[in-house]
Amino acid sequence: MQVIKDKQIVNDSWNSIADEVSVSDGDITVSFARWQQHKQDLLNHNGKLGIRIGPDDSVADLANDLDKLQLIELDFPDFADGRLFSQAWLLRSRYGYQGEIRATGKYMPDQVFHLSRVGVNSFNPENQERLAMELNNLNDFTVSYQQSVN
Amino acid sequence: MYQYNDDDQTLVNERVAQFRRQTEQFLNGEITDDQFRALRLRNGLYIQTHAPMLRIAVPYGLLSSRQLRKIAYIARTYDKNYCHFTTRQNIQFNWPKLEQAPDILAELAEVQMHAIQTSGNCIRNTTSDHLAGICADEIEDPRPYCEIIRQWSTLHPEFDYLPRKFKIAVSGAVHDRAATQFHDIGIHLVKNDAGEIGFKILVGGGLGRTPVIGQVIKPYLEKRHLLSYLDAILRIYNLYGRRDNKYKARIKILVKESGLENFARQVEQEWQLIKNTHELSDVRIEAIKAQFIPPAYQTDAAQDGSFAAVQQDNPAFATWVKYNTVAHKVAGYRGVFLSLKAPDTPPGDMTDTQLDAVAELADRYSFGEVRSTHRQNLLFADVKQADLFPLWQQLDAIKLATPNIGTVTDMICCPGLDFCSLANASSIGIAKEINEALDDIDYLHDIGDVKINMSGCMNGCAHQSVGHIGILGVDKKGVEWYQLTLGGSSENEAAIGERLGPAVAKHEVTQAVTTILDVYVKQRLDDESFLDMVKRVGIDPFKEQVYAGH
Repeated sequence: MQVIKDKQIVNDSWNSIADEVSVSDGDITVSFARWQQHKQDLLNHNGKLGIRIGPDDSVADLANDLDKLQLIELDFPDFADGRLFSQAWLLRSRYGYQGEIRATGKYMPDQVFHLSRVGVNSFNPENQERLAMELNNLNDFTVSYQQSVN
Repeated sequence: MYQYNDDDQTLVNERVAQFRRQTEQFLNGEITDDQFRALRLRNGLYIQTHAPMLRIAVPYGLLSSRQLRKIAYIARTYDKNYCHFTTRQNIQFNWPKLEQAPDILAELAEVQMHAIQTSGNCIRNTTSDHLAGICADEIEDPRPYCEIIRQWSTLHPEFDYLPRKFKIAVSGAVHDRAATQFHDIGIHLVKNDAGEIGFKILVGGGLGRTPVIGQVIKPYLEKRHLLSYLDAILRIYNLYGRRDNKYKARIKILVKESGLENFARQVEQEWQLIKNTHELSDVRIEAIKAQFIPPAYQTDAAQDGSFAAVQQDNPAFATWVKYNTVAHKVAGYRGVFLSLKAPDTPPGDMTDTQLDAVAELADRYSFGEVRSTHRQNLLFADVKQADLFPLWQQLDAIKLATPNIGTVTDMICCPGLDFCSLANASSIGIAKEINEALDDIDYLHDIGDVKINMSGCMNGCAHQSVGHIGILGVDKKGVEWYQLTLGGSSENEAAIGERLGPAVAKHEVTQAVTTILDVYVKQRLDDESFLDMVKRVGIDPFKEQVYAGH
């Protein structure tokens, strides 16, 4: 599988582990709920760790553990739910998160420019055919008015 | 007025290119209806009853003659030779073709205009006082701050997918002509005890289904904190505003459900964390202010002696001066309303010929600028009194001099069932009927200041709930009915109109309005205005007469 990371299409090593599936070695992402319940076990697993969050989750709850997380996935249930834009901004600007923030799920290819401005640096389209389109859309604007993350 | 720099122009050009691509992708089936809907709305494009409707932003109601000529050209080339001015000071085209929308936007970009965020759940066009910069009761000209807010809100990456639409209005005068108490955020320029000018911020006002008067969240905010404070309010709203029910998604519901105090505390906490990270510098404010310097007024304008004499000789001109012009802070100048409420024209509509003629008149008489007002008229802000007579003659020739500003026939009216896919009932036809019933201009002038606002559905685009007389079209089992309210106001003494009684049938609306006016004429005290009388006697005397035959 490929994703866009830092404005390049790259091969991806992350495995998304569903809640009912047991954790394996390697780079994995788990749900926010699972992280809250099994934090220590997850930190002890062999490989990098990422968390998937949705609009209802509060990134403030992750603030103290951000240095242990290499990836935070913003999982869009619906492109119209703009809360994750603020969550990304909070992760970068308020909590100083340096790792990868990845948009996934039902975001729109036409939202990638705004997402990149609030601090999302990686994109996992629902359909791999969209990779080139999204990469292109990251350059929709060369100017912007307001201060944000980027 | 504000002139684009290279960055402003680049942004608008890039937006056109983006929308052109999106439209092509949609027509090729590469993006879904749902996705394209969100994208086209953010570029002002609705799909209406008959055709798409394109809403163009007129930032805080300011237009140059060059822009007007472009609007005329678009009306002629892409539409059916007319356009419509809205209550948010914007312009709508009712007959563009979807596939031509990108071309229209490209035409607009050539004259520093766009349709960005004129719809959709994002921050909309910032509105203001149409008398900004010329009224005597002004603390400071609000337009530079409107422009600062326009730039801040345009393509704000974090706040483009809010729970619901978001509207901001700014007033710089003592008298609120921008209905700031009925906006998601209302901003007033105010002076503090030390004599410094800053902002009073209101939050949670709004019209629509649930009209609410905004509440003060910050009595005094220093200018440098304007954008950080707006960011704080928007972030709290974006994170915590309801998304489960679109009728409960406006910020007014969040403020109501949280309680103003709690909401204000959340905003304050957020703001304290960001207020020092991005301040609005004096340099920036001054640079924007420099784009709104007053025009070169003639110092001897007041010395013209002809004005009084011409009025004496021409009673019709004198009447027009009385109703359709307004005092100006510079001696010898007046503001001139162009009434878009001629009896036989849908309220707010203008033809391409009129637009071109107005552009010409603006160049000749008002420094090449014109303003749109939230009551759907136009204004020449800076006309020398010696020019008023020839201007009146020329406006009269193009049917823009009906002396009815501030009278009953200066109605606010949405397009209604005739054009809008949301509407339940027609409004333009009723406006025409009311006009025909009230064709005696002397009677209109005797009645004086009565504001009728009429919407064709609960969405309330014509602000019926704050009309002195509000008329709301509703659908009952496929039949159009009309709910009347009395006593609403969007000015300083903000009030939401009280329901008169059961809805009346379509053929009874005009009769009901004339009956209400008759009751007023018979029962008013000396100089009592309609609104004052409603406050004094309540709705019962009106109710008795309107429903007398029921």
